[in-house]
Amino acid sequence: MAQSFRMKPPMGEDNGWWWQEAAAGRLAIQRCTQCQTLRHPPRPACGECHSFAWDHVTASGRGTLCSFTILHHPQFPGFDYPLIIILVDLEEGTRFTSQLINCAAEDVAFDMAVEMVMHEDPDGFRLPMFQPAKGAAA
Amino acid sequence: MSHALKDKAAIAGIGLTEFSKKSGVSELSLAAQATLAACEDAGLPPSEIDGFVSYTLDSTDEIELARTVGANDLKLFTKVNYGGGAAVGTILHAVMAVATGVADNVICYRAMNGRSGQRMGQGISGQIVSSDLVHWSWYMPYGMLTPGSWIAMIANKYMHRYGVTSEDLGRVAISQRNYAQSNPRSFFYGKPLTMEDYLASKMIAEPLRLYDFCQETDGGCAILVTSAERARDLKQKPAVIRGVVQASTRGQEQMTSYYREELDSLPEMELAARLVYEQSGLGPDDINAACLYDAFTSEIIMQLESFGFCGRGEGVDMVRDGALDIDGRLPNNTHGGLLSEAYIHGMNSIAEGARLVRGTSTSQPEGVEHVLVSSGVGVPTGALILGRD
Ligand SMILES: [Zn+2]
Repeated sequence: MAQSFRMKPPMGEDNGWWWQEAAAGRLAIQRCTQCQTLRHPPRPACGECHSFAWDHVTASGRGTLCSFTILHHPQFPGFDYPLIIILVDLEEGTRFTSQLINCAAEDVAFDMAVEMVMHEDPDGFRLPMFQPAKGAAA
Repeated sequence: MSHALKDKAAIAGIGLTEFSKKSGVSELSLAAQATLAACEDAGLPPSEIDGFVSYTLDSTDEIELARTVGANDLKLFTKVNYGGGAAVGTILHAVMAVATGVADNVICYRAMNGRSGQRMGQGISGQIVSSDLVHWSWYMPYGMLTPGSWIAMIANKYMHRYGVTSEDLGRVAISQRNYAQSNPRSFFYGKPLTMEDYLASKMIAEPLRLYDFCQETDGGCAILVTSAERARDLKQKPAVIRGVVQASTRGQEQMTSYYREELDSLPEMELAARLVYEQSGLGPDDINAACLYDAFTSEIIMQLESFGFCGRGEGVDMVRDGALDIDGRLPNNTHGGLLSEAYIHGMNSIAEGARLVRGTSTSQPEGVEHVLVSSGVGVPTGALILGRD
């Protein structure tokens, strides 16, 4: 198995389930089952109604680019630079921090439509990334 | 109504070590040097110190420092969380102790081999699970491993929204570099910066270039807080603490408060502003100079808005008007700041705040009555207003 360069998230009670969803190919969003509020990043209780009861929904993977940064230095082993990091406003209403792939650095733009692609590392670790939405105006 | 903390305490002493890229001594030694220098500056024997406050990121335990400098029995020892967000928070804890009689003479300190030792933003991983590590794990697997990458996301959004350009960031960097030319402690002493140099500097995390980043420094800084009354009997002109607050708001994360509706302002800094103005009974018009936290140039422009020196989106106009320069509306970071003097996590900017009130800055503006100092940006933070006695 290829050696992984990627820092793996610690898997605790509050977040491990989310990564299991990613491993199964899904971008999950936690949902309060009492007031239905969606929340990300996951937390054990709802800040709106204080309920500890939650489940999750699977995001469509469609969203728009809220902000971005293009990383040039320092360059950590294993990552491809320039590395485009984005904030995506998911159509469900929560925001997600991710990487934009299949897009040249000069083509990144605020408010562009993006779609989720589940990326898999050589060691099998999966995490959601995004690419420009197919059919969207460049 | 007078606030319980207003005017009760003062900065009576400031102490700094030499700033370098390789101190060759332990962080405990730096903390001790800074503490003894602060006591010397105030004319107060170290045996009178009965409280220590520092940052959770600081490696030096209060009791180790106490033993090293021969302090008194301790009645206060505490550390404040959130990196540079702790800076003026340490002063708040000291002031609360002094105002209530819990302690008499408190040293706030930060000592770090920030270049030769553990550098900031080196990343973390491992088997331990904590809420803090889980927080970072939403970013680090994607290669967002450094403070620059975290702050760039906000800076880009803000600049896009308000038409702030690279040249505007450069203006902030150059203003502070100009101050550094009068300050021999500064890393960039004798090394001025032109706009051409700035724009040619390496792009690190768009839109931030090398010269938008603060230093990495080995050094220590200590601030001696005592009652305003006692400070008047000591060696230096007291820098009276008119107001000092901590502030964290809804949706707060450390560096990555990305899930708020609006990303182009600093809600925690706006709260700090409101609280510190309320406590001091002062407003932006009363502030003559500032040491706004400057881990990155973009943070200065945003804070001008947070503290009400201008309206939303107008910070850049102030910068273009030269407001930050010595003859401007708000001379800012007259020591060169974290960008150009040294990065002692904001503690050195509190020292400069005291100098500005004493009238002893290496770039001293005319007629300084009140100075505003802020803590780290993008983290739970705080604000401090110092005044002439
Ligand atoms: Zn709820």
